[in-house]
Amino acid sequence: MTESCALSYTAKDYKSEVKPVWCPGCGDYAVLSSITKAFADLGLEPHKTAVVSGIGCSSRIPAYTNCYGFHTIHGRSLVVATGLKLARPDLTVLVAGGDGDGFSIGGNHFLHSCRRNVDMTYVVMDNRVYGMTKGQPSPTTEADWDASAMAPPGGTGLVPFNPLAIALSAGANFVARAFAGDPNGTASIIAEAVRHPGFSFVAVMSPCVTFREEQREWKNVVRPAPGPAATTAAEAAARLMTDDGFNMGVLYKGDRRPYQPVTGTGKTVADLDAEFVL
Amino acid sequence: MAGLVRRGPSGVEDMTKSSGATNSVSIAMCGSGGAGVMTAANMLLDAAADAGYFALFGRSSGPQIRGGEAAALVRLSSEPVSSVDDTTEILLAIDWQNVHRFAAELPLDAHSVIITDPTQGDVPEVMAKSGARIVELPMKDLAKEIPGGRPNMIALGAVCHLIGLPVDIVTEVLGKSLKKKRADAYEASVAAVKKGAEAALTMGQTKRLPAIAGDKPKRWTITGNQAAGLGAVRGGITFCAAYPITPATEILEWLTGALPKIGGTFVQAEDELASVNMCIGASYGGAPSLTATSGPGLALMIEALGMSTASETPVVVVDVQRGGPSTGIPTKSEQSDLNIAIYGLHGDAPHLVVAPNSIGDCLFTTQWAVHLAESLQAPCIVLSEQSLGQSRAIIPEPADVAFVGKRLIAQAPAEGEKFKRYALTNTGVSPMPVPGTPGCQYTADGLEHTETGLPSSQSGDHFAQLDKRLRKLTGHEYGDHWATIEGEGDIAVITWGSCTGAAREAVERARADGVAAKLISPRLLSPSRPDAMAKALAGVKKVLVVELSHLAQFHKYLRAEYDLPQTQVLHRAGPLPIRPHEIHSRLLAMGGK
Repeated sequence: MTESCALSYTAKDYKSEVKPVWCPGCGDYAVLSSITKAFADLGLEPHKTAVVSGIGCSSRIPAYTNCYGFHTIHGRSLVVATGLKLARPDLTVLVAGGDGDGFSIGGNHFLHSCRRNVDMTYVVMDNRVYGMTKGQPSPTTEADWDASAMAPPGGTGLVPFNPLAIALSAGANFVARAFAGDPNGTASIIAEAVRHPGFSFVAVMSPCVTFREEQREWKNVVRPAPGPAATTAAEAAARLMTDDGFNMGVLYKGDRRPYQPVTGTGKTVADLDAEFVL
Repeated sequence: MAGLVRRGPSGVEDMTKSSGATNSVSIAMCGSGGAGVMTAANMLLDAAADAGYFALFGRSSGPQIRGGEAAALVRLSSEPVSSVDDTTEILLAIDWQNVHRFAAELPLDAHSVIITDPTQGDVPEVMAKSGARIVELPMKDLAKEIPGGRPNMIALGAVCHLIGLPVDIVTEVLGKSLKKKRADAYEASVAAVKKGAEAALTMGQTKRLPAIAGDKPKRWTITGNQAAGLGAVRGGITFCAAYPITPATEILEWLTGALPKIGGTFVQAEDELASVNMCIGASYGGAPSLTATSGPGLALMIEALGMSTASETPVVVVDVQRGGPSTGIPTKSEQSDLNIAIYGLHGDAPHLVVAPNSIGDCLFTTQWAVHLAESLQAPCIVLSEQSLGQSRAIIPEPADVAFVGKRLIAQAPAEGEKFKRYALTNTGVSPMPVPGTPGCQYTADGLEHTETGLPSSQSGDHFAQLDKRLRKLTGHEYGDHWATIEGEGDIAVITWGSCTGAAREAVERARADGVAAKLISPRLLSPSRPDAMAKALAGVKKVLVVELSHLAQFHKYLRAEYDLPQTQVLHRAGPLPIRPHEIHSRLLAMGGK
């Protein structure tokens, strides 16, 4: 890509004409803007960029962009994206989705995508609730949350999933936390994630004002992380385990080599017959 | 052998006029882990290959991960072999440890010879009662007389002598595999083979292979799983993601080595959900993609195949069927995934299902599957079977057919024109862009959608897109490949997959007995071809359906999709293969003989 090309896009160039299905006030509007702003800042060409998602409110994102998109099935966005990126390393691949899609039904792919370290970016819009099905607790929901008729009285009693800690221990090469209420900060983190080689994970706190009214308060408690990104997972983990979940910024930048399967030794299909011929 | 009483696998005696294929010899070699049964059988096959014969080599083993008792089931012939025979001419046991477990897979009769080592215990009662002649061969003691000698090479020598394979061909094969690497082992093996052949001089006559007349035919040696792998790359597959599962693993093993050689990509995924979805992602990116699995894996992949159907993103899934349901019998064959393959997807989801009907056909059918999936932008399930996939065969050289996946590729639209990914074309196939093409950006979606790909829950869009996705499959010209059709007669055997070989042999024998029957073995199971089947059944008055399924899934499928004349069904669960005489005797009865 040339420099002149890189300067020629604005966030609008990445937005489609499709009107989102989201509720008024949903954090995902801002995340959509952050993603398109990051693409513009990076100067990515829309037809060389792919946005892949699963199922859920936030997973509606691909159709709201003007990129190549795949709105896949529940929990499988990461693996569809993995296949796409491995077959087409020339494309920029961004995966988007929610906490239920990514950490519950898709949890196994999250672990193995971190391990595999394919060069792509995973943006999870975490609102700690299943919004599309009207308010059930998700893997990141607080153990005692019972404000919805869909949650058991007193809450699930389950320890919330800690996606950043899991990502670190499973081998993700870039781990960050962002807040939807700070679209410029989020855009800048997403751009950095896309630029960083390997599997980049960005957990975006994206309030669900319909089922988690109290998340409106997030804007009053988030703050920038106290220091620059850690370069070892151990240091990042130590910081993470002592913070209160409201430190925003890049937590970890590793130097693992992105996954690249062996390929290309110049034989033809006809050469493969030889081992069977008598 | 006319009128011979045979013992069916259930222990029930059944009558047949079948004489067995006159040009073949069936040999079973068995023993415990480490006895070298598979090594000896592979050498036997190599020697037979050198001498110009055709072969089918199946194996059966105990539940152990490595080692344990094993049986090599070899049928050699001067003609191509596509089925196991009714009986076993020679059963050789290096030892009898747990061999009774294979008894049902080793049919014996009064014409069989059982070769046993007197130092390794008695012939199990279940085998001895067949009336087979029992001869003793002290393999262990004879091997001890040679420094480094092994009983399995004594066995190999004896078997080769009995069936008429010259010992020098066997020693030549030994030379190719051992001489350079291990000269001492080579000398010991040659001596043991010669000693075994010598010992067989006093064993009396058994059935011998006919001599090969003229030049040796052009042949390949290949397993069904290797053939499926080769068919995949011939069809244009460049991406495979897969998760190991018995009995499909050899497809992955072969593609792991082959794909990188031709510039393709192989990925071992974390599970079957991942493998099929990675393939769909790669396919969306423009790479023809395939995965291979067995029943449990197919069950996990079904949701993704619905997405492949709805989003019109091609993918090929090879299901090497094993005994089911659930974990079932992983190492043995059955034809019981037909229902899930054809009817397993939720919603109205037309897709392709094809089935190879011989080991060699695993190559063609998988190649054709890639061609169909790519041309029609739909998922294609290839229903192979353990008995095809994991058997090694010497087959006639496969034809080099030109089927290669050809996707209808979208070009960038004219300025100001909106690209319609799911345009309602006459054929139902709409141009599909390769990401990177400017102006063709679209979102592939499992949600119902409009022509441009926008999510829609409107009835009109649903009707139009459902109809488009059906039309592209039913309107395609599949040609003669839809089925293998052989012979003429007013009786037809309709079968599929691995049962086709036994049916072919039975139909030939029935013809020799004056009962004219034809063989119809559909390779294309979905979509069905009512006109082609009606044409194939013109003049047919009776049908015999043959399949390896307890619930007779294939028969029910035929009933649902086709008009059949008066029909009988020969079916049972796997893993015991349906043998030619079972079909033959039914045909004779249907033909009034």
